[in-house]
Amino acid sequence: MMIADPRVPPGGGASGPRQARLPARAGIGLKPEHFRQIVDTWPNLGFFEVHAENYLVDGGPFHHYLGRIREHYPLSMHGVGLSIGGESALDEAHLDRLAALLERYAPQSFSEHLAWASHGGVFVNDLLPLPYTAPTLQRVCEHVDQVQTRLRRTILLENPATYVEFAASTMAETDFITEVVRRSGCGLLLDVNNVHVSCINHHRDSYAYLRALPLAAVGEIHLAGFATQHDAAGDPLLIDSHGAPVAQAVWDLYAYALDRVGPVATLIERDSDLPSLDVLVAEAAHADSLLGVHAGSAASADRRPDARPQPCPPGAPELAA
Amino acid sequence: MSAQQQFFEALLDPGQAPPAGLSAWNASDPATRFAVYRNNVLVSLIDALADSYPVTQELVGEEFFRAMARLFVRAEPPRSPLLAFYGEALAGFIERFPPAASLPYLADVARLEMLRVRAYHAADAGQLPAGAIAQALADAETLPDLRVGLHPALRLLRSPYAVVSLWAAHQGIAEISAVDPYQPENALLLRPHLDVELIRLDPGAGAFVAHLLNGETLGSSVEQVSLAHGDFDLGGILALLIRARAITSITTAREEHR
Repeated sequence: MMIADPRVPPGGGASGPRQARLPARAGIGLKPEHFRQIVDTWPNLGFFEVHAENYLVDGGPFHHYLGRIREHYPLSMHGVGLSIGGESALDEAHLDRLAALLERYAPQSFSEHLAWASHGGVFVNDLLPLPYTAPTLQRVCEHVDQVQTRLRRTILLENPATYVEFAASTMAETDFITEVVRRSGCGLLLDVNNVHVSCINHHRDSYAYLRALPLAAVGEIHLAGFATQHDAAGDPLLIDSHGAPVAQAVWDLYAYALDRVGPVATLIERDSDLPSLDVLVAEAAHADSLLGVHAGSAASADRRPDARPQPCPPGAPELAA
Repeated sequence: MSAQQQFFEALLDPGQAPPAGLSAWNASDPATRFAVYRNNVLVSLIDALADSYPVTQELVGEEFFRAMARLFVRAEPPRSPLLAFYGEALAGFIERFPPAASLPYLADVARLEMLRVRAYHAADAGQLPAGAIAQALADAETLPDLRVGLHPALRLLRSPYAVVSLWAAHQGIAEISAVDPYQPENALLLRPHLDVELIRLDPGAGAFVAHLLNGETLGSSVEQVSLAHGDFDLGGILALLIRARAITSITTAREEHR
């Protein structure tokens, strides 16, 4: 497959009509533990995000609740299984399943990772790092191209949290990501926690790293908590655990990113040691305050805490700005 | 061997050295850093198994379960990014796992737990209205030729062990000391609305549902079950299936009631 020339920037759309976009609000990950409370209380949130693979089941409660929740909120689907950075060919059957899921729920966004998770037909359920070289750049661009063609939408690609680097790398991670975005036309899911984690782990300046990313392509931000370990030399090794509140250093870096990117959909990511829904909603409210969203302001007029959120019918998503 | 192949093989094999070519800014031993990936892979997959098999874990204790799961993950890593049904092969693994031999019923408890996961995520289907069921069953002449379609979430496990009682005891529903694990039990799993229900069937009803699932006609099913189980209660099991909204179609070769 040929690698495309630089295309229209993300949001402008590589082909046909302009693509839907998540609102510049804070959202949280949708967890089965919170299904009932969400449909009972309709919390004031900008959107929900789900791991696409969890919803590739035939029926039952997952689809029941996601269907109801989708009627009230914008939706982001986040894939963890495509293995875009893998040297194996993409799993076409998996792409087909994702295409059907996107068709069903019409999410405003679909995102995946700059990582690999499958090899030789085995899925290892982790986001694994790749060396940054001309051949891996070519492969990632081909895979992003294949995904976008099959799913008929531009996707967002997430910058990784990594624990090792490769002697074989010939490019900086930020240059690699910039090239993928430029060649494939995909957008960037800026995971600010991953920036912090990777920059501590590899002794980089997180602010300089952030400035070197293609910030004009950011379509969503992720915030999460990390765990702290140490490497063999006793230096800190941060683990992208998604098991703690967002750290102050990450909030600071987030504020810095917002100054450069402008208000953009922001997810509070929490996958382990799951707290109550209220705790996550409060964390999202803090992100909203940094986004300039205030209760009662114009930006949230339809999301007053005491009001039932306005329906957001699938198929009529808002257009990109 | 490619670098990714090397990385992959070292992930699941603790006896292998970390792949060559890893580096760290402070020149520290990359093995410690690589161990984060090894740990993420193992722990996340063991956690996925623990989520699907809570009663199996309680029966053997967390330490035993996680040690067994670790061996299972290395022997049978996932072949799909859909993890909901990961570990379907665990019951077979348990049967061949000598340290678990003292609990011969453990494999069937694991089977039951995976059937619960299957029932939970199975396709949705509307039940046949009670009136249509009554009408279809009213004609004695066509009755034997009817085929009863069952809800996609319905699952049956006919076990030589007391799997339903064991499961119930671990939900706090029954007293574990009162359970004789070596009593055969038939487990029926149903999903009338959003929750999965587990029901113990008597042997005749269990055999009858097995015949229906096999696609056999009502007449043939009843005939075979009645031969083996003189006390078979056809009305009882049909009422149970209707109450649980588990009958989705009743058809004959000639017509279809839907």
